Amino acid sequence: MTQINHHLDDALLMGYSAGTLPEAFNLVVASHISMCDECRARLGAFDAVGGAVLEEAGSVTMEMAAADLLDSVGPEKVRPVVSKPTSSIYPQVLMDYIGPDPDQVKWSKLGMGVRQAILKTSSSASVRLLHIPAGCEMPDHGHHGTELTLVLQGAFRDERDRFARGDIEIATEDDHHKPVADESGPCICLAATDAPLHFSGFVQRIAQKWARI
Amino acid sequence: MTENTKWVECMSRISLERDRTAFAAIFDHFGPRVKAFLVKSGSNMSMAEECTQDVMITLWRKADMFDPSRASVATWIFTIARNRRIDLLRKERRPEPEELTWGPEAEPEPEELLGLQQESTQLVAAMATLPDKQRDLIQKAYFGDLTHAEIASETGLPLGTIKSRIRLALERLRHNMKRNEI
Repeated sequence: MTQINHHLDDALLMGYSAGTLPEAFNLVVASHISMCDECRARLGAFDAVGGAVLEEAGSVTMEMAAADLLDSVGPEKVRPVVSKPTSSIYPQVLMDYIGPDPDQVKWSKLGMGVRQAILKTSSSASVRLLHIPAGCEMPDHGHHGTELTLVLQGAFRDERDRFARGDIEIATEDDHHKPVADESGPCICLAATDAPLHFSGFVQRIAQKWARI
Repeated sequence: MTENTKWVECMSRISLERDRTAFAAIFDHFGPRVKAFLVKSGSNMSMAEECTQDVMITLWRKADMFDPSRASVATWIFTIARNRRIDLLRKERRPEPEELTWGPEAEPEPEELLGLQQESTQLVAAMATLPDKQRDLIQKAYFGDLTHAEIASETGLPLGTIKSRIRLALERLRHNMKRNEI
């Protein structure tokens, strides 16, 4: 596994464990966990809290009895073998959203060489792939809600730190940042937000309407 | 044998011998709890009944995926119930990281398994000693009553030790997976 320096925070892990995050956030969290055993273990601890809540949830009598339920179970389908980790930069959970062929990602232009591909999720938050050319600067933007950015390839740097493959940056209302991709090669990220981003420039605000950021 | 290791034993009998008595024992204990959990999560009675049946059938079918070095049976059932709840109530997909298994031959060390099961028992006990307000907040979060912004990530529960145990189990599991690839 790659060396990861920036991890999920406890609130996101607990929200993912409780099952209350929007689908777009779940996708970023599940993609990070696919690459990070440290966060997989932390999630296991939060799931254990869920198990403890279940134990103490009280009890409501079942109408169906165990034996009757088993009798109603049809012949068992052969389950597909657990998928092997993919060799692509996209974890399996992300491939399920992209489609079988990562070369077929439907990129659209966002200006200044930056490309994006919006992935289909429920509407409470949105998630997209971003392809940023080497050395390119993303437009300066602030946020209203929470923005999660997971690096899949290459790296970027902003006011806070450098983020490389597997690293996740969590930005909130108070953050205003200007990410710049490393010179060494293009940077591909998975980014989710639960509110529209706010760009500083007028032209970008117009462009935003078209790009659905 | 503690309560938790008794359930682990039942899971192993379901997985290896398709033991219906072991399934009935788990069903009778956890079925009513899953149903109560779903009702408290906002589901009506008939949906909670149906959903609990689904959860129990999943447990029967996927028993071999249960890993006692990383979760108690209660924890594993909780994750299945949570996913069904998202399916049914929110009609959404739930993106999940790929599942990791020991494969057909290898399995976790007995002391790893015992340690994790003991930690899980202690976690239930620790939750009982929390101040009411704090416990309520945790329960609310897991019943789905809090948004992401409302979740206070500080549970007040000692989660460090259980995390470290799962981490070690994952390291051994990864090592085992690598060996199988060669």
